[in-house]
Amino acid sequence: MALLHQRAELYQVIRTFFLKKHVLEVETPVLSNSASCDVNLDSFATSLRKDGPSLYLQTSPEFAMKRLLAAGSPCIYQIAKSFRQAERGRFHNPEFTLLEWYRLNFSMAELMGEVAELLRLCFSAELVIETISYHDLFFSMTGIKPHATTIEQLMDYASAQGNPEAANICGESLANGLDYVFSQYIQPMLLKERVYFVSDYPVCMAMLAKLTGDSPQTAKRFEVYFNNVELANGYEELTDAELQEMRFRQDIKERELAAKDEVPIDQNLIAALKAGMPACSGVALGLDRLMMLMSQASSIDEVLSFPVERA
Amino acid sequence: MATYSTNDFKGGLKIMMDNDPCSIMENEFVRPGKGPAFSRVKIRNLKTGRVIDRTFKSGETVDAADVMETDMSYLYNDGEFWHFMDEETYEQVSADAVAVGEAGKWLKEQDKCVVTLWNGAPLSIAAPNFVELAVTDTDPGLKGDTSGGGGKPATLETGAVVRVPLFVQIDEVIKVDTRTGEYSARVKN
Repeated sequence: MALLHQRAELYQVIRTFFLKKHVLEVETPVLSNSASCDVNLDSFATSLRKDGPSLYLQTSPEFAMKRLLAAGSPCIYQIAKSFRQAERGRFHNPEFTLLEWYRLNFSMAELMGEVAELLRLCFSAELVIETISYHDLFFSMTGIKPHATTIEQLMDYASAQGNPEAANICGESLANGLDYVFSQYIQPMLLKERVYFVSDYPVCMAMLAKLTGDSPQTAKRFEVYFNNVELANGYEELTDAELQEMRFRQDIKERELAAKDEVPIDQNLIAALKAGMPACSGVALGLDRLMMLMSQASSIDEVLSFPVERA
Repeated sequence: MATYSTNDFKGGLKIMMDNDPCSIMENEFVRPGKGPAFSRVKIRNLKTGRVIDRTFKSGETVDAADVMETDMSYLYNDGEFWHFMDEETYEQVSADAVAVGEAGKWLKEQDKCVVTLWNGAPLSIAAPNFVELAVTDTDPGLKGDTSGGGGKPATLETGAVVRVPLFVQIDEVIKVDTRTGEYSARVKN
């Protein structure tokens, strides 16, 4: 029962935080005609009616919120139920809650600053926060340069650490290899009681982020880690429709190779980007994990009213 | 042969890995960043006792290991094999020195043990947590010394040697914690 109150209080804190900043709370459909085509995301599929057209539960409210931005909305936020098939564990429930927000004309650094501000409100004003680039963190922990590495080098590293089976998990994908090495040998080594903002990702992990022009080119993406838990993921958003469509098509190809379910590309999002999305940065933060960290819970089940097995 | 998918993984599940029977100690579902989902698993090799960390692709399947633990009583040692009997079925199994391992030095006839069977053959033997054994040899201690400070080696009826307090004498029965190999108490007759 205490946790019901704690969640209600947290939502109050969040709503007050955004009210003061004139960020508008919105609601978008959970059920959509299209789905994320990210190769590592599986959407729950259903249909409009028996034998009717397919519908998908959202894996995050990102696409719908971007369409609102393109349609001329101000800065927006949403507390949104999201769904990811086959994700279940100590830190995962297939149905979970994201806090996602978009700030017009914010750079990645400005948005990271705002995330830090919210975390200080949730935890303490003295919260220790460290901002480090993906390269610096990766290189200091493994001696590998993430922007210049290869899948072979990463798999050799994993083998040397006692995980020769990593190649079976990552396949030929450089992004998968980087994620594997990061989650196995870096994330568990991060210092406790410290929030890490890890920024400027390798281009192959850009997802929906904008690229910088420098050399080496990096993606304006950041992730937030606290007590070894991945808490948030943000981008300075890609607004180029053509580039986004290309990335989606690449994703679809990877899905085919991995024998994943075929999903339709969100043409509404592509159309919205074509019509023109304003420069902005956006971030998604896992509220259940935030609750876990705030209450020092060891399993997500402790902060949910009913985990999926009992839902 | 039965198989398990990573979705079935949980503590205590017995699986085959690298041709050896293993027991899962911990299983964690991991989905890093935007990366591929996998299971991070801590596994004990039941043959060697070694604990290793492994990762499995989500949904990957592994063979089940036909491993079970049964309560049996120790019968005798014929010089090469240790013989055990299931008191309910009267079924007998014999274990070699590798399977018996450390437990061998604590076992006295009629002791109740947990025998781990793999495909019906003993894989390992767990001695009872506490055993009561007679002291067959130790230096005579100083009379009246009850402090127990320092201690001395004592040979037990099974051949095991443990450190005991100075007041313990030959022919006395002592209780030993087999998990630590340490003297625990003197048993009054």
